[in-house]
Amino acid sequence: MRAVRLGVSSLLLHKLRSFLTTLGVLFGVSSVIAMLAIAEGASVEAQEQIRQLGSSNVILRSVKPPEDKVSNQESRVLSYGLTHEDRARVAETYPGVKDVVAVLEVPEEVRFGSLSCRPRVLCVDPTYKEVTGRIMMEGRFLTGRDGQATASVCVLGYEVARYLFPFKPAIGERIKVGAEYFHVVGVMYPRVPIGSIKRDPGTEVGGEVFIPIKTGQRLFGERQVKIRSGGMDAQEVQLHEIIIAVEHDQDVPMIANASRLMLTDSHREKDYEVIVPLELLLRAQETKRIFSIVLASIAGISLLVGGIGIMNVMLATVTERTREIGIRRALGAKRHHIVTQFLVETVVLSGCGGVAGVVLGLIIPEIVEAAGDMRTIVTIQAPVLAFGISVATGVIFGLYPAWRAATMDPVEALRHE
Amino acid sequence: MSALPVDEPSGGVFVHPAQGGAEDTQTVAQLEGVSRVYSMGAEEVHALDDLSFSFGSGEYWAVMGSSGSGKSTLLNILGCIDRPTQGEYRVRGQAVSDLDDDELSELRSKELGFIFQSYNLIPQLNVLENILMPVLYQENPGEGIEERGRFLADRVGLGDRLTHRPTELSGGQQQRVAIARSLINDPALILADEATGNLDSKTAEEILELFDELHAEGKTILIVTHEPKVGERADRILRLKDGAIEGVEDNRR
Ligand SMILES: Nc1ncnc2c1ncn2[C@@H]1O[C@H](COP(=O)(O)OP(=O)(O)O)[C@@H](O)[C@H]1O
Ligand SMILES: [Mg+2]
Repeated sequence: MRAVRLGVSSLLLHKLRSFLTTLGVLFGVSSVIAMLAIAEGASVEAQEQIRQLGSSNVILRSVKPPEDKVSNQESRVLSYGLTHEDRARVAETYPGVKDVVAVLEVPEEVRFGSLSCRPRVLCVDPTYKEVTGRIMMEGRFLTGRDGQATASVCVLGYEVARYLFPFKPAIGERIKVGAEYFHVVGVMYPRVPIGSIKRDPGTEVGGEVFIPIKTGQRLFGERQVKIRSGGMDAQEVQLHEIIIAVEHDQDVPMIANASRLMLTDSHREKDYEVIVPLELLLRAQETKRIFSIVLASIAGISLLVGGIGIMNVMLATVTERTREIGIRRALGAKRHHIVTQFLVETVVLSGCGGVAGVVLGLIIPEIVEAAGDMRTIVTIQAPVLAFGISVATGVIFGLYPAWRAATMDPVEALRHE
Repeated sequence: MSALPVDEPSGGVFVHPAQGGAEDTQTVAQLEGVSRVYSMGAEEVHALDDLSFSFGSGEYWAVMGSSGSGKSTLLNILGCIDRPTQGEYRVRGQAVSDLDDDELSELRSKELGFIFQSYNLIPQLNVLENILMPVLYQENPGEGIEERGRFLADRVGLGDRLTHRPTELSGGQQQRVAIARSLINDPALILADEATGNLDSKTAEEILELFDELHAEGKTILIVTHEPKVGERADRILRLKDGAIEGVEDNRR
């Protein structure tokens, strides 16, 4: 304790120099913590998004083929994408498939009274909710009976419900989808947790409306006509999405590959894509691993620079205090006393830098989150690790100057001016 | 002036060897054929050349000689911060060549007191801390060491300046602190190199009076000086020339 007090008083003799030396470590430590927090936040965000797709699902999605492949005929209706046949084949052929859900998206406007909006209107099978892991907020989801009866019922996504029915419950009301009336039977939570939605409601209503797929096919057909400025854009897509729910996770790659093969065989063009959340998840984890290595390198370099700064200053200090070292040695200090004295000083320097760095490193992610609308996660390990490394840096880079001081010849040191 | 509280020679690691006659118990420092050679490239400087001598307990010596005669070199060897290139040096019978660096440091901290021409106080420590410094490097400084520090500060007339920094003191006062520091471990041998060299004659006289008092109390003192007036204050004078003994004088009448 005495040694620490003495070290501090020596450092205070050169306040500015000590402060500037500390800065190197401070920025090293705080950038490590901040970068780790941002990386962790981004990674968790990505993984959550992927998980929402359902990690045991394989998603087949219709994709509009590149323009130049389709001869540019004005009148023709562009027809592409997944077919009912694809769906039937997937459902029948593969073992280990738990469920297959088809999705048809119709470009209809949704209206209630004078309010209207354009959410995604999804015509789905009743098991869609289970397969995608979505949760009801109130009411019920579509049932098999709705499908058989081609009932005109619908489930609203939270955003749509909030926009159309700001002051009263949506359930039991009748809304208009395109030219048809639908009864609202349920409201569903949005995909992303409500807390992080910051968009002003109404200005641009995203969200979803779900109707039974049979009802959708009967009322709106499979030809989607979008009215755009400068004309109409008609296209024919039988199914926009086929979601394959796999029983066991380990079968996911097999079923994904089988689906790819099947689609390559049956489609002339690549008017589809196969999305495998599990693969994305693995890839995201790999990306995170690489990211971490890069970060660790940057952190290592910044702390190395900080450490070299400390070493530089300590070498100057040792030279400057050669006479003091000579006096102490002549009066009975052993080598290890001198080593300890200078090591304590470097560790105090780097430790102060470390503490300040941890504080700054905890503040930066807050600022980033507030200003950049970015998610950051500070794990407990990050500050502990960063602080530990800063102290270790002090010890490692302080050893050489301290050793230099301790091995000086006392007679020479005493003669030093 | 009152006597020091601890005054018998300190026991501990470096006691007299069991052997040794009546003369040995009186000998504090003994040089046997000691040489110190500095080699500068091809050239060799014999700062000390085959020196043999003994300093007895309670004696007051002045080492004199012209500049470059080897006074400081001798003092460094006596003070155990330098080793002879040849020959043997014993402190209270303990051969220095048998000791490693740590043991030598311990010997300095327990048995030796240093007073330098340029005071050599540590600027970031206050008066009391400076006085206590040598014993704080001992493994076991003992009870009441701080009390002893205060007493010594009082003794050299700085009892009211304990918390002052060296820069706040005059040269004479700083040298007094250095003398108090050299006494803190109750050394077997006090070594002073040109201790009055930086001081005006009046202050130098005060310091020399302090040495007289210490001598009267039975301390063994060895001062290095080139000033005849200072050398005459000692009981005995050892004259050096070119690293060898030129003569020994006894001033006592
Ligand atoms: N570190 C050294 N390297 C080389 N020569 C030295 C060194 N220290 C002292 N000497 C030489 O040793 C001799 C004695 O020096 P010193 O003991 O300092 O003399 P004094 O103190 O009597 O003036 C001188 O010739 C000096 O040049
Ligand atoms: Mg000299």
